[in-house]
Amino acid sequence: MNNEAPYNLTELLACVAANLLEDGSSVFVGTGLPLIAGMLAQRTHAPGLLIIFEAGGIGPQVPALPISVGDSRTYYHASAASSMHDVMSASQAGYMDYGFLGGAAMDCFGNVNTTVIGDWSHPKVRLPGSGGANDVSSFCWRTIYLMRQQSPRTFVKKLDFVTSPGYLDGPGARERAGLPAGNGPYRVITQLGVFDFHETSKRLRLKVLHPGATVQQVQEASEFEILLADEITTSQEPTAEQLRILREIDPRGLVIGK
Amino acid sequence: MKDPIEFEGELIGWHDPDENRQWVRENKSRKLVDKRTTVAEAVRRFVPDGSLVAVGGFGHIRIPMALVYEIVRQRIRDLTVIGKTAVHELDILIGGGCVSRVEVAYAFGHELRGLSPCGRRAVESGQVRVTGEISNAGFQWRFLAAAMGVPFMPVRSMLGTDTIKKSSARVIEDPWSGKPICLVPACYPDVALFHVHRCDQYGNAQIDGILVEDFELARAARRVILTTEEIIPHEEIQSQPWRTTIPFYLVDAVIQVPFGAHPTEMPVRYYFDEEHIAHWLEVSKTAEGVEQYFKEYVFGVPNYEAYLEKVGGEHLLAHLKQVMNLQPDPPESNGGVL
Repeated sequence: MNNEAPYNLTELLACVAANLLEDGSSVFVGTGLPLIAGMLAQRTHAPGLLIIFEAGGIGPQVPALPISVGDSRTYYHASAASSMHDVMSASQAGYMDYGFLGGAAMDCFGNVNTTVIGDWSHPKVRLPGSGGANDVSSFCWRTIYLMRQQSPRTFVKKLDFVTSPGYLDGPGARERAGLPAGNGPYRVITQLGVFDFHETSKRLRLKVLHPGATVQQVQEASEFEILLADEITTSQEPTAEQLRILREIDPRGLVIGK
Repeated sequence: MKDPIEFEGELIGWHDPDENRQWVRENKSRKLVDKRTTVAEAVRRFVPDGSLVAVGGFGHIRIPMALVYEIVRQRIRDLTVIGKTAVHELDILIGGGCVSRVEVAYAFGHELRGLSPCGRRAVESGQVRVTGEISNAGFQWRFLAAAMGVPFMPVRSMLGTDTIKKSSARVIEDPWSGKPICLVPACYPDVALFHVHRCDQYGNAQIDGILVEDFELARAARRVILTTEEIIPHEEIQSQPWRTTIPFYLVDAVIQVPFGAHPTEMPVRYYFDEEHIAHWLEVSKTAEGVEQYFKEYVFGVPNYEAYLEKVGGEHLLAHLKQVMNLQPDPPESNGGVL
């Protein structure tokens, strides 16, 4: 990426992610960058974006970056301050268009590990576990993942642990396992580009490159082979307006500064 | 089912529904009696060694810290903790040597604040054992099943993943749709600890803000201890009974503890004490740091009031109220907002 760009990588990712969210849709967000993207979308092209938090915040106008998905700011000027049972049930019943998550590692079918590095019984690194992520990726119609550090260690052939479901072991596997039909990972955003999943094979496919990134870089930053879309486009750079709002959302650079 | 899954998670907190009904019949008083007590007495009575403990609230939100510190102070041992997004309290209890096992939906992390040095050290060294994995909704619905007095709840998440393989759930065929469905077993914690905004002396409790899973958890747990910002007259409860989230017959002990959630957030009242949380995350990088922390904030103070005085007293608490109300801070101040 161009060193002189008036924005940093995190800002670019937040804008790329925000641009995916449509006005009038619902999005179930996790903390950090997914939430910032949701807030940005709400303050730009999608004022009617319904933001939902797992601890019960429904439809807030988030005033400042919440540190937790249960933070009181997750139901500031909201339609409802409800419960986990309520929002998880609504998700299971089909009300959630988008799920927006981060992940530690992913395989070619979009399965994600946030539980453990190494053996589960004797972990090398113990990560926090599913939290609500398995539920979000099981229940939301389209799940978007933000992974800032694509590398052969995070885009892996075989995960140490499948915490949250992508397309499991391929086409039809989610439905065979009993997960709600027609759901699944929709986009993956990394520091290099944006990926979707091939219609029939359900394998990860490069769709968009960020400014300055190359196909070769994308392949090298993965242990598995990444499919290529017929036409690979370039992602839209952040606008001055988007950057101004991002700095307003996270003035201390808690997420954006990274 | 064609491919039977080998489930490896340990079943924690389950009772046969008839056994639990009988337990409730014999042990839970329906009488409207004054349940006010002290933090020390409540922990002595209702949190014996080896208990299965659940804590209300979520992450760093509405955590009953006076009770958590008291468990450390009384050196309660061998607890199994419900990791239903258990963050600060689990860290403190692990650091205090109180915990042997955790069932994990989310644990050993602090959301945006990063991973937990103390929790990770305990799990990676084998001091604390993970009994199984589950999702947040999965745990929530284990409590719902218990609250309803049914043996399990059908759930459509976790299917197809390692999370379900390491859980105590099962998969069967839904008799109506013919599709596979996950059943999560009811979970009855031995004791659940809550910090609420207000309640009466009998335990009728009101919570402001999101309930997270406290409605279900209070009904699932065998014993319920409430700390509360304030105790209000029963007549005030009666004047707005629709505001009662936890009715008295569920509650075993009531203790008034103003600012009882510090350093976590009490919705509407006071925000996180970000500086104190950061301090804990820093010192808990080493076992010595943990020991020093407890020496200073738990064993070195006679009670919770003295603890509050030590962490910053009225000045700090007034500031955390301001931050909650989105009062602007001077830009150079670190005041609680990060």
